[in-house]
Amino acid sequence: MEAVKIKTEEAKNKAKLKMSGAEAIIHCLLAEGVDTLYGYPGGAIMPVYDELYKFQDKLTHILTRHEQGAAHAAQGYARVSGRVGVAMATSGPGATNLVTGLADAQIDSTPMVCITGQVTRALLGSDAFQETDIIGISTPVTKWNYQITKAEEIPEIMAKAFYIAKAGRPGPVLVDITKNAQIDEFEFSYEKCTAVRSYNPVPKPDAKAIEAAAELINSAKKPMIVWGQGVILGKAEEELKALIEKSGIPAAWTIMGASAIDSDHPLNVGMVGMHGNYGPNILTNECDLLIAIGMRFDDRVTGKLDTYAKQAKVIHFEIDKAEVNKNVHADVAVLGNAKETLGLLLPLVNENKHEDWHNEFKKKYEIEFNEVIKGDIHPTKEGLTMGEVIEQINIASGNKAVIVTDVGQHQMIGCRYAKFKESKSNITSGGLGTMGFALPAAIGAKMGAMDREVVAIIGDGGYQMTIQELGVIFQHNLPVKIVVLNNDHLGMVRQWQELFFDKRYASTVMVNPDFVKIAEGYHIESKRVSKREELQSTIEEMIASKNPYFLEVKVEKEDNVFPMVPAGASVSDIRLK
Amino acid sequence: MKKQQWFTISVYSENNVGLLNRISGIFLKRHINIESLNVSKSEIDGVSKFTIVVHTTEKWVRNIVGQIEKQIEVIKAFYHTDEETIYQESALFKIASNLLFDERQIQNIIKDNNSQIVTVAREFFVIAKSGRRNEIDDMYEQLKPYGIMQFVRSGRISVSKDIMQITGLLKEFYEEA
Ligand SMILES: Cc1ncc(C[n+]2csc(CCOP(=O)(O)OP(=O)(O)O)c2C)c(N)n1
Repeated sequence: MEAVKIKTEEAKNKAKLKMSGAEAIIHCLLAEGVDTLYGYPGGAIMPVYDELYKFQDKLTHILTRHEQGAAHAAQGYARVSGRVGVAMATSGPGATNLVTGLADAQIDSTPMVCITGQVTRALLGSDAFQETDIIGISTPVTKWNYQITKAEEIPEIMAKAFYIAKAGRPGPVLVDITKNAQIDEFEFSYEKCTAVRSYNPVPKPDAKAIEAAAELINSAKKPMIVWGQGVILGKAEEELKALIEKSGIPAAWTIMGASAIDSDHPLNVGMVGMHGNYGPNILTNECDLLIAIGMRFDDRVTGKLDTYAKQAKVIHFEIDKAEVNKNVHADVAVLGNAKETLGLLLPLVNENKHEDWHNEFKKKYEIEFNEVIKGDIHPTKEGLTMGEVIEQINIASGNKAVIVTDVGQHQMIGCRYAKFKESKSNITSGGLGTMGFALPAAIGAKMGAMDREVVAIIGDGGYQMTIQELGVIFQHNLPVKIVVLNNDHLGMVRQWQELFFDKRYASTVMVNPDFVKIAEGYHIESKRVSKREELQSTIEEMIASKNPYFLEVKVEKEDNVFPMVPAGASVSDIRLK
Repeated sequence: MKKQQWFTISVYSENNVGLLNRISGIFLKRHINIESLNVSKSEIDGVSKFTIVVHTTEKWVRNIVGQIEKQIEVIKAFYHTDEETIYQESALFKIASNLLFDERQIQNIIKDNNSQIVTVAREFFVIAKSGRRNEIDDMYEQLKPYGIMQFVRSGRISVSKDIMQITGLLKEFYEEA
């Protein structure tokens, strides 16, 4: 442990106490303000569970029905609350079951600490029962990981884990703790970590870069903002709003940035990317200045890079230096926390309205409305559409719900049509696209924001990947609202097969069980809707319910999500049908 | 930017067991081969230095260095072209002892290549040679006809011509503390 040199602040509780490593872990969690964690017990983590039993009044442990569920629940909790999510598992299969959640949290910059048990130190490397090299396995999908083999290491490493998970660009940290380190006793004292000497989480803003950015902004005729999750993680919502209102610059968002600005704000011009709005995609290739704020130019956002915003100058506000010039060249890079850098930028920006430029977005919106949106949310055909379901949820919840989506067509429709008034309200698996994310993430989201309505929107495919977590909802009577948009297909893959594989529907037709009966098996109030007449009243009933509620909506089987930028195509080649 | 060339990446880091795995994963994920790797202590107490040689484009080396530098235990990472560094590799040649006496030319090869005999035993002797990769390759070709019992070449070690601002960074950290 010599290598880890950390700056520390005076801990409140300096008194040294002799205790086991397992008990120390609990004290570390409490010192970090953790009140809830998600996990699953097993041999190598039993000493910690024994302590959790003793500390039940201070620390709520939720037994998910699968460790993947624990990781996603911790993610949902973190995303909605801005706090660090915590998941725990035993060694071997328990640990490997966390990997999807780690990868998801890594690519979506979610602060999470995962604690895994490990075989006793003496058995390491012996292929002992349930020994797996979780450090090796998790390295590429964690911001940091560490194997504790001595009890004395626990306080320092746990402090470092929580610090790293949330510092700068957040991410998942895994701490693997051998069984002997859980059992052995030592003198416990805890000091929070406030810095690590080899890690500079937030670059200092450079006044010159901010001036250069302001200059480009003030001279641009057709500027456009694309913001991402960095605005939410950096708590820069107010600063962004002030910037767009003063400068009059139309602002679009990536799915990870959704909800940072009110959906109905007149300067909010919608979503970019593969299934984003027509205007912001097309006009990316017509603007003269692209201002990227806390986003990383994912390929689902940019389409073909060679033809992405080539005519425009680019300003990139970014906390992670490695993202600058990674995919798109930045003429001006402004490093730092968006709250700070946008705050410094604001006084240098001239007031403007950009009315003509705005009208371009309005015209494009009208085209999209007539060609796509109208039919999606006010359909005249017989079959129900996913879009009208989302629209009814907006109406019933007054745009106030936290919307948790899984992955597929319903996710894209959910992100396109869900409306938000409050930040941190769109919880989805953006970077990894993890089917099975939504149900457990909704559990975490509900527990992270008990006063808010949480609605999970899930496809019939993804729902069955983590359906076992209904057990948690039932056991704790968590008032999560679950909406399965059932098209009896793996819809998004089927759409690609229709468009690009001559309708060869290989393994995308779903033979589904009776979802209502399954929910009833968990004693969850449930309904199935297949007629338009029943939709509105049932959604109202669902939102009004104080209990968990399951709603299956039978939607059109072969609907497609449009607009669409086909994979590898340019954003200007976006298709409306 | 698109031209492939040799780059030397220098990484200053905390001395942590898992770090090598983390760093090599960054190359693996991008399908970039590590041509040579050397880990040693550095000019700063308690700080390790990785010297990694790759053959790639400037765009990729910059991307990789960015990814390396953001690893928690990495203090700073740099990349340099061959012109910007002083670099060397070392090699050991194990040759049958009788050749030293039977083949007079071998003595000349040792002298002409500025190499030294580091040990002589009854069965074999060992020549050490430091220099650029091509110099070592040349010597290898010269010795090859006589029979080389064993050959090994180290990874590149290098120092940059410009200063690498590490000490300053660390000092700043402690001053702020
Ligand atoms: C774990 C996982 N496996 C496979 C995929 C590939 N995939 C992306 S969307 C999709 C179909 C999703 O179907 P469904 O859950 O029914 O939602 P829909 O698209 O019909 O709304 C699949 C299989 C994935 N994203 N995640």
